[in-house]
Amino acid sequence: MSQNNISGLPQVSDRLAKNAMRHVSERLIEFVLFAAAAVSVLTTVGIVYVLVTESIHFFQNVPISDFLTDTQWTPLFDDAHYGIMVLISGTLVSSGVALLVAIPMGTIIAIYLSEFANPKVREVAKPVLELLGGIPTIVFGYFALLIVTPLLQTIFPELPGFSLLSAGLVMGIMIVPYIASLSEDAMRAVPMSMREGSYAMGATKLHTAIHVVVPAAVSGLAASYILGISRAVGETMILAVAAGMQPNLTWNPMEPAATITSYIVQVALGDLPHGSIGYQTIFAAGLTLLLITLAFNIAGQWMRRRFREAY
Amino acid sequence: MQKSMTTEQIRALIARGKLKDRIFQALGIVCLALGLLVITLLVGDMLIRGLERLNLDFFTNFASRRAAQSGILSAWVGTILVMFVTALAAVPLGVAAGIYLEEYAKRNWITEIIEINITNLAAVPSIVYGLLALGIFVYTFGFGQSILSAGLTLALLILPIVIVSTREAIRAIPAMIREGSMAVGATRWQTCRYHIIPYAMPGILTGVIIGLARAIGETAPIITIGALTFIAFLPPAPFTVTGADGISAGLFDWVMSPFTVMPIQIFNWTSRPDPAFEINAAAAGFVLMAMVLSMNAVAIYLRYKMRKNIKW
Repeated sequence: MSQNNISGLPQVSDRLAKNAMRHVSERLIEFVLFAAAAVSVLTTVGIVYVLVTESIHFFQNVPISDFLTDTQWTPLFDDAHYGIMVLISGTLVSSGVALLVAIPMGTIIAIYLSEFANPKVREVAKPVLELLGGIPTIVFGYFALLIVTPLLQTIFPELPGFSLLSAGLVMGIMIVPYIASLSEDAMRAVPMSMREGSYAMGATKLHTAIHVVVPAAVSGLAASYILGISRAVGETMILAVAAGMQPNLTWNPMEPAATITSYIVQVALGDLPHGSIGYQTIFAAGLTLLLITLAFNIAGQWMRRRFREAY
Repeated sequence: MQKSMTTEQIRALIARGKLKDRIFQALGIVCLALGLLVITLLVGDMLIRGLERLNLDFFTNFASRRAAQSGILSAWVGTILVMFVTALAAVPLGVAAGIYLEEYAKRNWITEIIEINITNLAAVPSIVYGLLALGIFVYTFGFGQSILSAGLTLALLILPIVIVSTREAIRAIPAMIREGSMAVGATRWQTCRYHIIPYAMPGILTGVIIGLARAIGETAPIITIGALTFIAFLPPAPFTVTGADGISAGLFDWVMSPFTVMPIQIFNWTSRPDPAFEINAAAAGFVLMAMVLSMNAVAIYLRYKMRKNIKW
């Protein structure tokens, strides 16, 4: 042994020992990295756990049938009613208004950027859209309440100071960048040869875009619309600021109403004691919200599979 | 179609088609311009309305019952501290998860679950993260309504953004870099540590900045965990005497302090009936927009530089 070490070179067994160490630390690092990746799964588990356990407490006090069919939402009053339809109506109406703005606008911008615009315009337009998508929603809320609502009131004088309409319109503007950029990606993925085939038959750009590119990219378009719907349904601050927060079972966008999200904010702003029924309502509302977005996402994934075109 | 068309008819047909093209092109430009108009209108309106408040006092005063003397001191300090906690939690976690998924993960069902999960988390409404934090961080872990709770909540919220951008940056690195490193005897981690991470750094940084720009404007989850809207003090600075008891604050005491952030301050001011507070909201909104837009601009510039410089 010692004779070998005279040369000053490391021994074979030393090197192997070092290799074994290396192996151990490699495995350790891999485990740490895996744990980091697992945090995202833990987040989901945590979300489901919190919402479900608190909702179970809630449904021990309030029967599910009341929750789904009651037409009043007054959980903080003495005469408490828990009809989630009241909040769902507000959510659906505002999301509907938003999508009526966002889907046409987003699709037109996407078609324009992918089929018509020259690269220079695209180079400028995409970052601008990204900036629009990055504006904090509270700022959009301010915009809806103090700029859009007065503007709308000059057209509809009977519009109240808070309304689903102005909140929905601004929400639509907010969602446009998401839809535009995802749809554009989908359309750009359509192979050039398909467009060339269409042009060779004498079709114009618009004809090619609508009859060749859009059908080929339809699964991507659907995915972008679904993302837009999830954004609209989950949007909070614009509605909390500009749509008023009174629960109101209505399908009329010209009225103020509370949504699932703005109700949660309203309760969180007051201080309800931990464990009270009022505290539990926000988890039941949150669970409803999560189920609605989940339903849309599953529908979206199904549509993607159903209409996927492979090249 | 008719059997035969005269040249004039064909020309008219082509002209009609081209006209439609041009009309649609104009429509596209109008829609784009509308987006640009909204940004200008927003920033312009807030600047004009808030200009009279935008002075040094506004940044060094606490919120007050009188609009003219109100400031955003506690709000911007709170925002910076929360962002610090968020970055500290989200960057290592997100980058590590991204590296794992790109460089280590085997193609099996566990990996698949993690990937599907990340995609789905990106679509979860932010207020649901607030409910998660209320249940877990605030009550189960007992962090209370503190900077720590808020920072961790926002970290979970932006984790998918950091992971996805890390993965994209790593995927852009050609396989020969890894092969070269491993060929000279580097282990997997050494390859990551000395090659993959440095080369992916600009891409990761872009993702982190975009994520933080998103987090800085998030209001709903922070309201949900119960951040106070009226705070007229700062979190204790390390090693300073705060209370009357004469005990100096520890290095990390600020983490557990109650706080407020910029978006909550703006929300508070917009929801007051007194129009004098609208001016404050406009001024604070302008400051917030300036923060967010400059962060986004840095990210866009970084990505632009990157696309220009890197040629494998």
